[in-house]
Amino acid sequence: MDAKLKETILNPIFKGNPITVLVLGICSSLAVTVTLKGALVMTLSVIVVCGISSLILSLLRNTIPGRVRIIVQLVVVAMMVILVDQILKSFEATYAIDKQLSVYIGLIITNCIVMGRIEAFALGNKPWPSFLDGLANGAGYGLILLVVAFFRELLGSGTLFGVDILNRFGYVPNNLVILPPFALILLGCIIWVQRSIQKDLQEK
Amino acid sequence: MEYLSLFVKSIFVDNMIFAYFLGMCSFLAVSKNVKTAAGLGVAVIAVLLITLPVNYLLNRYVLQPDALIEGVDLSFLSFIVFIAVIAAIVQIVEMLVEKFSPELYSALGIFLPLIAVNCAILGGSLFMQQKDFLNIGEATVYALGSGIGWFLAIVSLAAIREKMSYSNVPDALKGLGITFITVGMMGIAFMTFMGISL
Repeated sequence: MDAKLKETILNPIFKGNPITVLVLGICSSLAVTVTLKGALVMTLSVIVVCGISSLILSLLRNTIPGRVRIIVQLVVVAMMVILVDQILKSFEATYAIDKQLSVYIGLIITNCIVMGRIEAFALGNKPWPSFLDGLANGAGYGLILLVVAFFRELLGSGTLFGVDILNRFGYVPNNLVILPPFALILLGCIIWVQRSIQKDLQEK
Repeated sequence: MEYLSLFVKSIFVDNMIFAYFLGMCSFLAVSKNVKTAAGLGVAVIAVLLITLPVNYLLNRYVLQPDALIEGVDLSFLSFIVFIAVIAAIVQIVEMLVEKFSPELYSALGIFLPLIAVNCAILGGSLFMQQKDFLNIGEATVYALGSGIGWFLAIVSLAAIREKMSYSNVPDALKGLGITFITVGMMGIAFMTFMGISL
């Protein structure tokens, strides 16, 4: 694998993370981080949608007129999201996926990561790198989501993936962590840690 | 009376930003000063106010099970229909503003097309579908309320950020980090409205 392709894959995971560095896709993400399971489902959905719609739009990139590209992008992304949503619905009963998640899956359409990567990368690059770029950005987004969900589920319910971890030691679940605002504070702390390590990201 | 309670509830209790994190991207990007924040807020209110009733009617008479053709459930199409309506209306609003008020157009210019991908707008439609409103009046009141809630949130964050530029924040927290934490704190403050029944 050549260096450029490797850079395409590794950059979005940490150095150019879509959430903490580019500030994209926060909208639909933070409400699903109360449990690790919700975060995992969301992560997989975003990786799939982001990867495949980047691939499709990169294949179409020379045929789309510039003026209507936003509508074309929205249609392709919406189609992918509908597919994912239908697949999830069929598994809803088996794996007890939260119904509330459906609204947030729908919001992947307007998730700035998907649109942002299509605009910034897929429309100017060959299909294979675009596909990898989509997958990697989905993964970078998922990484943050899982870190936030890990702390929120562990401290908020004392469990991980629904399995009791802390409660058996007499831990009293902290309800503040379950509440939405805490996700933002946690994200602020993650950014703090990342920017302490990577000094070049700090704002003046 | 029900309208009033729905209105107040959608502004404070079910606030788009602090309760559901919707429209976060532009909320963080455009909240550096109060004036532009207020401009975007007004545009969001306007677009929500037009798109939500339209999507309500579409949902009621086309998409719901048995609505259009007996025995056919088109609800799987709702994402694509909603986003198409939103994109089209944003485009129309943009053209109307450009034609009738060039001043406002140049003031809002960049933010107008951005609203099409603002999660708060699509989120409003999806929540409307989930909440099963009884009539179009309720949907409109809900749209107005959540728009005003979003407006209040972005204007107050912009005001806080303007003040914050004078304070001494740790280097690594400057900018984005401290903004996230501020929004979290504001969210906790908004939570005092929780459980108020009107």
